[in-house]
Amino acid sequence: MKELLLIAVGAAFVNNVVLSQFLGICPFLGVSKNVKTAGGMGGAVIFVITIASFVTSLIYKFILVPANFEYLQTIVFILVIAALVQFVEMFLKKAMPPLYNALGVYLPLITTNCAVLGVALTNVQKTYSILEGVINGIATAFGFLVAIVLMAGIREKIEHNDITESFQGTPIVLVTAGLMAIAFFGFSGLI
Amino acid sequence: MNKYTERLYNGLIKENPTFVLMLGMCPTLAVTTSAINGIGMGLSTTVVLVLSNMLISMLRKIIPDSVRMPAFIVVVASFVTMVQFLLEGFVPSLYDSLGIYIPLIVVNCIILGRAESYASKNPVLPSIFDGIGMGLGFTVGLTAIGLVREIIGSGKAFNFQILPTSYEPVTIFILAPGAFFVLAALTALQNKFKKKAAEKGDPIAEKIGCGSGCATCGKKETCGGSMFIDVTPESKKTAKNEKE
Repeated sequence: MKELLLIAVGAAFVNNVVLSQFLGICPFLGVSKNVKTAGGMGGAVIFVITIASFVTSLIYKFILVPANFEYLQTIVFILVIAALVQFVEMFLKKAMPPLYNALGVYLPLITTNCAVLGVALTNVQKTYSILEGVINGIATAFGFLVAIVLMAGIREKIEHNDITESFQGTPIVLVTAGLMAIAFFGFSGLI
Repeated sequence: MNKYTERLYNGLIKENPTFVLMLGMCPTLAVTTSAINGIGMGLSTTVVLVLSNMLISMLRKIIPDSVRMPAFIVVVASFVTMVQFLLEGFVPSLYDSLGIYIPLIVVNCIILGRAESYASKNPVLPSIFDGIGMGLGFTVGLTAIGLVREIIGSGKAFNFQILPTSYEPVTIFILAPGAFFVLAALTALQNKFKKKAAEKGDPIAEKIGCGSGCATCGKKETCGGSMFIDVTPESKKTAKNEKE
């Protein structure tokens, strides 16, 4: 139990997926204009990463390892993730329309989000069990949600500030991200 | 300039993936803690890019249009796996310091972008040169950023002490926040140059984003184009709007 908690805190805050591992920078910079869409994106990422880390752990453990095909992990994982996102999208559309309406537009975005593949590969690299892998996935995605919602909140505040002309747009967002990364260093004392 | 050197010039200068198109931001931020890491990542990406451009260009008439994306991904992922094993076998120190970012070359949008926008439409030789140009442009970008961070953050360049030992290294620059600050400065500079060029009326690059801009992206509903930096100068934009 303690180990699981350590994995979770480590993945969500100490090694925050965006601010210290730089995975998923594209949506982090692109979909963080307001808190509502940022929250939607974060929710969709949690959903997909949880399922993806579970499925890729299963595939790795029960197909790739017994067949000695570990070296195919990158190819298999990326294809599984792409197919999975499509499948999840179709399933949600049919079975849970309200959830689909909330998360639907964000789902296709996530296929190319390197955080999903990153989590699957980290699980293998750190030889996590299936449960540990899923916990790691949920926590990583939660860290993404926290980072993107915080960022969106800050961007809403600074939108009308008087910023030097060259720094308007992306540069000021990156400076903000840098300051947030410094703040997240504070969490490294937790573990 | 023949079309091969034109491809090299295009990748290195005119559409430099790091400085002009701002593609592949994950590795740009993550592995540029030193110049050596930058070169290693850049060259690995170049190898994958050249090989995948070559193969995709060869197969461009065989791959059906509807399954081209999965097909490209399989091609790219196979080459990435090969590069990963070569690095592990021959340069283990680099393999250790790049870590998870080597398999993540698969999702680097430069590679799929070039496959989609160039290699799948052009003959083999120009595609190879396009890959070399883009790859070297990426390498130059990563090395430059890595060098700046390494000099400020540890007083070294390519692991040699170049600043006097009395220099107090600003360690934050080789940590995660430094990456954001350096990139922020870079994009600010880019904004400045873009503005100057726009005043002079020089178009810099027409399209930008993951390969060929928002039209083919599939993400456009969500980002509304905000995810990609549109570098069409203002004057040109208004001209275009008037035409429409």
